[in-house]
Amino acid sequence: MTDAATTLVDQSRTRSSGRWLYAASITLLCAWVIVPLYLLLINTLSAPETVNSFPKSFIPEFDLGSLQFFAGFRGMLEALRNSIVVALLTMVMSVLIGAPAGYALSRFEFRGKELFRMLILLTRAFPLPLLALPLAVLFIRTGLDDTAFGLALVHTTLALPFAVLITFSLFSGIPVELEEAAWTLGCTRLTAFTKVVLPLILPGITASAIFAFVISWNEVFAAAVLTIENRTLTAFLLQTLGEAPMHLKFAGGFILVVPALIFIFAVRKYLFAMWGIANR
Amino acid sequence: MNARLLPYVLILPVTLFLGVFFLYPFVLVAKLAFVGSEGLSLENFRDVISYWKFPISLKNTMLLAAVVVPVQLALALLMATMVNRMEKGRDLVLYIWTIPLGISDLAAGIIWLAIFEQSGFLNSMMTGLGLSDGPVNFLSYQNPGIVFLAIALAEIWRATAIMLVILVAGIGLIPKEYYEAAEVFGASPWQRFRRITLPMLRPSLQTALILRVVLAFEVFAVVAALGGTLFPVLMGEIYAYQFDLQNTNAAAALALIVLAISVVFTLIILRALRVPKGATI
Repeated sequence: MTDAATTLVDQSRTRSSGRWLYAASITLLCAWVIVPLYLLLINTLSAPETVNSFPKSFIPEFDLGSLQFFAGFRGMLEALRNSIVVALLTMVMSVLIGAPAGYALSRFEFRGKELFRMLILLTRAFPLPLLALPLAVLFIRTGLDDTAFGLALVHTTLALPFAVLITFSLFSGIPVELEEAAWTLGCTRLTAFTKVVLPLILPGITASAIFAFVISWNEVFAAAVLTIENRTLTAFLLQTLGEAPMHLKFAGGFILVVPALIFIFAVRKYLFAMWGIANR
Repeated sequence: MNARLLPYVLILPVTLFLGVFFLYPFVLVAKLAFVGSEGLSLENFRDVISYWKFPISLKNTMLLAAVVVPVQLALALLMATMVNRMEKGRDLVLYIWTIPLGISDLAAGIIWLAIFEQSGFLNSMMTGLGLSDGPVNFLSYQNPGIVFLAIALAEIWRATAIMLVILVAGIGLIPKEYYEAAEVFGASPWQRFRRITLPMLRPSLQTALILRVVLAFEVFAVVAALGGTLFPVLMGEIYAYQFDLQNTNAAAALALIVLAISVVFTLIILRALRVPKGATI
């Protein structure tokens, strides 16, 4: 009796210590992600003098000096605008070009389907930003050099495979039967798509569009190679890394991070559905 | 429209686009790389390889990938299994863990710069705790080990999330019955992980590894933000050839070398983790 009682106590003790360890590691891993972000926030919300002083306080002083300096830095706001323009162009192009292919992959069996899938998957095995090198030469010849559109074309190449695979996975999640029902009720293929499939898929499409936006927003190498006067924010920051004062770097880094936080929040529901089928 | 033609019409834009901006640039980059002062030659490759920075940047890139990718794989597997048996707060934890997914490598480098710079938070903390007398310049040539550590930490911090997402999605596809059956036969959690999760996860592991390894060879902005010239890597050298030395041909030759390395590793991963035909869920 007592033996059984002690083993029971022991068991619950190991179980509770196991649970404690589990909760502690989860908290620790959350802190591992959040603390560096918090430290960047402190630096962003501190006066330039504080950023360059030592030792640092671990509480922000809520001074907008660094951010004002960032906004007033020559060329910075244009760079910010360029980044947004390129990312918007990338977003529109990759969804408009990618989504039809995603639909085709999910609905049709056709010859060359495997070859097409291979082409899409192949893009992953290559460091795509490197393609900016020959394109820089090509763009000078066609007058696309140093333009937002030219860079957006390269960024679309980066985002397109994701757009195709994500929309493929989203369309696969919608039963063909829904479309077939619409056909029997007098819809054509097109109206069945716009009236039945599109409303269902729209949030998912938005999510993959946001994903394309962020891919472009974050890209550094191609942006730095392909733009000279019209630099994007990443290219501009990279260029000024050597001489820029610390507070400018941190404010710039913070501005780069903000869309990321919003993005992950906006697409959190789709993140895993998007990756689930797409990777098989 | 003809239902037989429709799929081809739908995939045409992507095919054309990738043809022009993915396949064609390969031909161009190869052409640039093989064009020397007098016609086709290996001159550019010889120049690039014999440059004193080549061995060190190759070594640095490889070493970084060799350290970062296994840590990320282990961490992502751990996180994915942890979150899998979670009931409360799963969404919140997953949201937090996937935040770095949207953060650019440049921003990640800057974030870790805030920690490692001379008047940064690591120095502030160490001085505050009485571990050091004054600020130490961690990111200097005197501390190559710490420069490497800072870059590796920034990379691990930033890019574990992409693996996590792929693995969580993959684990979600494994039928629960397999685990129930294993439990009936008395398999321990570790055995269930070894005998069910890992083998069933192969396709996801394959994707996650390929994506990460290729990205690891592309490491550039994190290094630029943290190490600058202290830690030369291949992508940084390509950038330097293109801009500082204005030598597009040499840049293209080095780019082809990076491409070749990426392809070789992709093939190795595909082969090592190949999924037997008909064994997918």
